[in-house]
Amino acid sequence: MTVVSSITPLAQVTPPPIHSGFLALFRKEVKRFYKVAFQTVAAPILTAVLYLLIFGHVMSNSPKIYGFEYAAFLIPGLVMMSVLQNSFANTSSSLIQSKITGNLVFVLLAPLSHIEFFVAYVGAAMIRGLCVGLGVFLVTIWFATIPFEQPVWILLFALLGSALLGAMGLIAGIWADKFDQLAASQNFVIMPATMLSGVFYSIHSLPVFWLKVSHFNPFFYMIDGFRFGFFGQSDVSPWHSLLVLLLVMVMVTLIALRMLKTGYKLRN
Amino acid sequence: MKPAISIRQVKKSYGALQALDGISLDIQPGEFFALLGPNGAGKTTLITSMAGLTTPDTGTIEIMGHDVQKDFRNARRQLGVVPQELVFDPFFTVRETLRFQSGYFGLNHNDDWIDEIMANLDLTSKAEANMRSLSGGMKRRVLVAQALVHRPPVIVLDEPTAGVDVELRQSLWQFVCRLNQAGHTIVLTTHYLEEAETLCGRIAMLKLGKLVALDTTENLLAKHRPPGMPLKVLGDDGAADLEAVFVKIMAECE
Repeated sequence: MTVVSSITPLAQVTPPPIHSGFLALFRKEVKRFYKVAFQTVAAPILTAVLYLLIFGHVMSNSPKIYGFEYAAFLIPGLVMMSVLQNSFANTSSSLIQSKITGNLVFVLLAPLSHIEFFVAYVGAAMIRGLCVGLGVFLVTIWFATIPFEQPVWILLFALLGSALLGAMGLIAGIWADKFDQLAASQNFVIMPATMLSGVFYSIHSLPVFWLKVSHFNPFFYMIDGFRFGFFGQSDVSPWHSLLVLLLVMVMVTLIALRMLKTGYKLRN
Repeated sequence: MKPAISIRQVKKSYGALQALDGISLDIQPGEFFALLGPNGAGKTTLITSMAGLTTPDTGTIEIMGHDVQKDFRNARRQLGVVPQELVFDPFFTVRETLRFQSGYFGLNHNDDWIDEIMANLDLTSKAEANMRSLSGGMKRRVLVAQALVHRPPVIVLDEPTAGVDVELRQSLWQFVCRLNQAGHTIVLTTHYLEEAETLCGRIAMLKLGKLVALDTTENLLAKHRPPGMPLKVLGDDGAADLEAVFVKIMAECE
């Protein structure tokens, strides 16, 4: 190593303007998934298209739902499912990787508050979830005629749903000590909750018992509210779904912020 | 003048293990200070407490007058830490790594200083290389660069030369000495005692979480010289001296 230049004496250094570190962390998280976009964006789009091709074909003769063919009913559900699963995956996988490889220390050493940390990670998760959702939508829209009755509801539920799952992924990423634990939370909690939330069916086609159980699944309200934006019809009122989503969002946000503020499994 | 680092009655335990047991010490601005001790003495716990990575059970730590818990933003802006482990983010190049690190500290247009650090650490030719492709020595240099990217007045190096070849070790110390001459306070932990003896003006020794010695290097060598060992001039083949003093102090604390 050759020392090529002198170091400016500390006393002669003019302190530069200081901004919040939030934007750098947000950009880093977005760039992280962008660098492996084939895995983080393209692959989930392909998965959703396969679901559409298989279920759309098998169920093509099933009765119409909300007056539309099954494929048209399925597409908004697949879009929202992709948004939710990928928002969760972004925060959780980024955090567990950074924890296990040890590079999270560089973020923890920085003068970032727990709120900045939360907003940066969840914001990046929203970007990934919405990119995948948009991709799924653009690829699948050619397979059926889909109305856009209430676009504001579509946007609202997509934004809130991706934020909620980003925050849930943050909690899972902080809680998990190894990849195995994170995979368990994805495969035994997130995956069943999304698959059983009415993505592939209207819950009114379920037996009474499972219909009642579905009302305890917050993912059902996200899918149902999102779908309302397309069809102007839903299994429950979109206002009811919005209220449930907001309540869960507040609860999850408070838990995540508490974990970050106390440094649970991150500091110490 | 406020101390660069002020540590007051810091205690930290992990279950039954008392990692830090009432440590108090001040490190003055511009010092080159060594924190020595055997494995498990509490050196890394003390460093992580300074950096806000660990919360002490009791006591306070201030960096340039800023409490690391209550005024964490200003305290962390004053401190650069080179971690012991060779950690890196495999997604990014060297330049991206340094730009993001700079951004975390709120410095958005910091390329001049980043270029200056890379030039000094001989990283310029690797600026666009992915972190995964670098050798261990190069990764170590990036760790140093990351700690310096916000130009902190206080720099903590936690065993920076562990597993590092002789050439990099020498050039790293040459660079750190230049930082010290430019006014940066340097705190060093190392198991290579000759490095501490050659570089550091003052030394603290820890054992089982307690501060067992704190003095100038010269005084430590003079006061704790084992019987029969001739007093040598500091820096004149003094490696064996500090090692013998270290062993003697640790044995006395049994």
